[in-house]
Amino acid sequence: MKFPDINLNTLKNEGTESVTIKERRNFLKMGLAITGVYAGGKILSLSSTFGVAYASGSDFVEKYPYNPHYSMVIRQSLCIDCEKCVDACNKTNHVPEYGYRTRILTRKYQDQLDKKVEFIPVLCNHCNDAPCVRACPTRATYKDPVTGIVRMESKKCIGCKTCMLACPYDARYFSAERHAIDKCDFCWEERLSKGETQTGCSSACPTGARTFGNLTDPENIVFKLVHQLEESVWVLRPEDGTKPNIFYMKGNMVSVDNILKGQKFTYTDPAKKS
Amino acid sequence: MIGSMVNISKKWGFHGVDALKKSSPGYLMLMGSFALLALAGVAVGLHGMITGYHNVYGVSREVSWGILISAYVFCVVTSTGLCIISSIGHVFGGEAFMPIAKRAVFMSIIFMLGGFCIIFFDIENPFRMAIYNVFSPNLSSNMWWMGTLYGAYLVFMVIEYYFLLEQNHSLSRLMGFFGLVVGIAAHSNLGAVFGMLHGRPFWYGPYLPIYFIFSAAMSGGCAIMFVTTLAWKINPEIMNQRMERAMKAICQVTIFLISTIIFFTIWKIVTGMVSHDKSIVIMSMVTGDYAINFWCFEVFLGMVLPLYLLIRSRGNNFNMIMWATGLMMIGIFFMRYDIVVPGQMVSVYHSMGVEEAIELIKYTPSFHEIMAALFGLSVICFAYFAGEKMLNGHQLEKHEIVPEGGYICPGCGAIHFMEEGETEEEAMKRHHKIW
Repeated sequence: MKFPDINLNTLKNEGTESVTIKERRNFLKMGLAITGVYAGGKILSLSSTFGVAYASGSDFVEKYPYNPHYSMVIRQSLCIDCEKCVDACNKTNHVPEYGYRTRILTRKYQDQLDKKVEFIPVLCNHCNDAPCVRACPTRATYKDPVTGIVRMESKKCIGCKTCMLACPYDARYFSAERHAIDKCDFCWEERLSKGETQTGCSSACPTGARTFGNLTDPENIVFKLVHQLEESVWVLRPEDGTKPNIFYMKGNMVSVDNILKGQKFTYTDPAKKS
Repeated sequence: MIGSMVNISKKWGFHGVDALKKSSPGYLMLMGSFALLALAGVAVGLHGMITGYHNVYGVSREVSWGILISAYVFCVVTSTGLCIISSIGHVFGGEAFMPIAKRAVFMSIIFMLGGFCIIFFDIENPFRMAIYNVFSPNLSSNMWWMGTLYGAYLVFMVIEYYFLLEQNHSLSRLMGFFGLVVGIAAHSNLGAVFGMLHGRPFWYGPYLPIYFIFSAAMSGGCAIMFVTTLAWKINPEIMNQRMERAMKAICQVTIFLISTIIFFTIWKIVTGMVSHDKSIVIMSMVTGDYAINFWCFEVFLGMVLPLYLLIRSRGNNFNMIMWATGLMMIGIFFMRYDIVVPGQMVSVYHSMGVEEAIELIKYTPSFHEIMAALFGLSVICFAYFAGEKMLNGHQLEKHEIVPEGGYICPGCGAIHFMEEGETEEEAMKRHHKIW
């Protein structure tokens, strides 16, 4: 193979004036993409604080294989356990009494000064490497190739319940009404496919603890919440390597509000009363 | 038609329904009670199916596999084990093991069918399974492989049994070989159904697929000794020198396999103690809710007592072997239960320390579940007792049943037929040639 004979020393500097806007844009885009891929992962891996249960890795935000890549960020501190999300979910998706698609867990503390209790909403994590999808013998449960939602094709479900045991988030139950396993589908059938942009639970949440959106859209709130350095973001049971799409954070810091309002980070003096 | 059937039954050494008519009333009552129990099981199971399993079964969202899956595992483990033990003889040529082949393969088929009876009442949509297993297979699912391979296994075993009856040794050997390979693949996949659920630390890992194979061989040895000694009680004529030799050989193999399983169990306990999630389950088996299951049934009835009794029996005290292996069958059932149910007792959210997941999840089998499990087990018992009479105790060596032109092979004890102009030796060579 021959290389073209170029003498770099004799080349003339063309200057930046001759670079077209299009070229410049492409170059910047490439840079952003590379930075984004690495930074997204690194930010999360650096900012993990929650020890064993919540150690986060770079795996789950390295890239977004779906478009729109639906995701939910749960700002745990904002949850007040009003269960409006659970009611909305049950109503929207006709969930029978004996089942649930989402629930709110309670963690109690003895020795903390600020809080004695914390509420953790849980639902299907719509994992990128979903164990339930691998376990299903008849492909009745599958990753939607467009949105990444883990959905059910009820008529194929034989009811062997392997997926219920494979799921590390206890997100599945057998619905006698559907004659199949039932689970959260981000309200795809009842809302999203009909043009709505929010799930039943996220629109019912009075405090904004549940934030639903599209991770591939940099303007989306979910993207902004996940891609910030100030507050740690984690996922549940990262040790299972399922690459979940439900992200958790405390979510009560001023800096996050600033990000959401599109402002730059401003320092607020705690001594100074606003 | 009837004439040819009579010929076949003569050739295969069957006694048919006549044998049942000649049985003692006590024997018929025993069979009748198993038939009634099976019918009651079907009735209760169907009732559960119509009213909805979630109303009548004890399984829940968290513990979704209960006594039915345990009973299914028990049946298929025993079935695979019978295939493994019998294959030592008629596939790999271990002469001492040959006389058990017919009974072992027959019981292997029956145990498999019993297992399918049980799983029928566990799977919510069994009819969809037949369709979508074929038209929408998921090749990365262990459940799919397990179901498909067990289906193939059953087919091979049935063909093998046919060739055993037909005295076609080379083909029965070939089918036995395929059955063994497919059976072991299917059974290790059953272990992997549990072992590849990485959200369940008690199950996750290569331990279960490996353990299942050794455990199956142990169950097979136990089961064939139990059904043979029980058959000896029913009809003492089935025992002869060759069968006594076979029992001794199986007894030795089973003693070895029980020791292997004791070794496996010790290391399961010891390694489980150092991992937090596993140790919760292990401690509940050692000192908690499952202590009686574990110590009394799994360890004492399933391992220690049979090991002691089998060693004491020296392989020729059949009464002792019958009691040892009979009690061991009960112990083995609990062994399966202790894998399936405790593996689900720790909630997936336990490690987060939330209020909802602090306590271990409880499961108690409901009446419907127990009856549905008894359905499968009674079908097995009924078929066993019917088979002992109608198939003439699976015997190969009764002079009365040797038809014209046949002789008893000194090598395998089966009836062979000489072709014209053939000597006995030539016929034996022809029957025992490897394809």
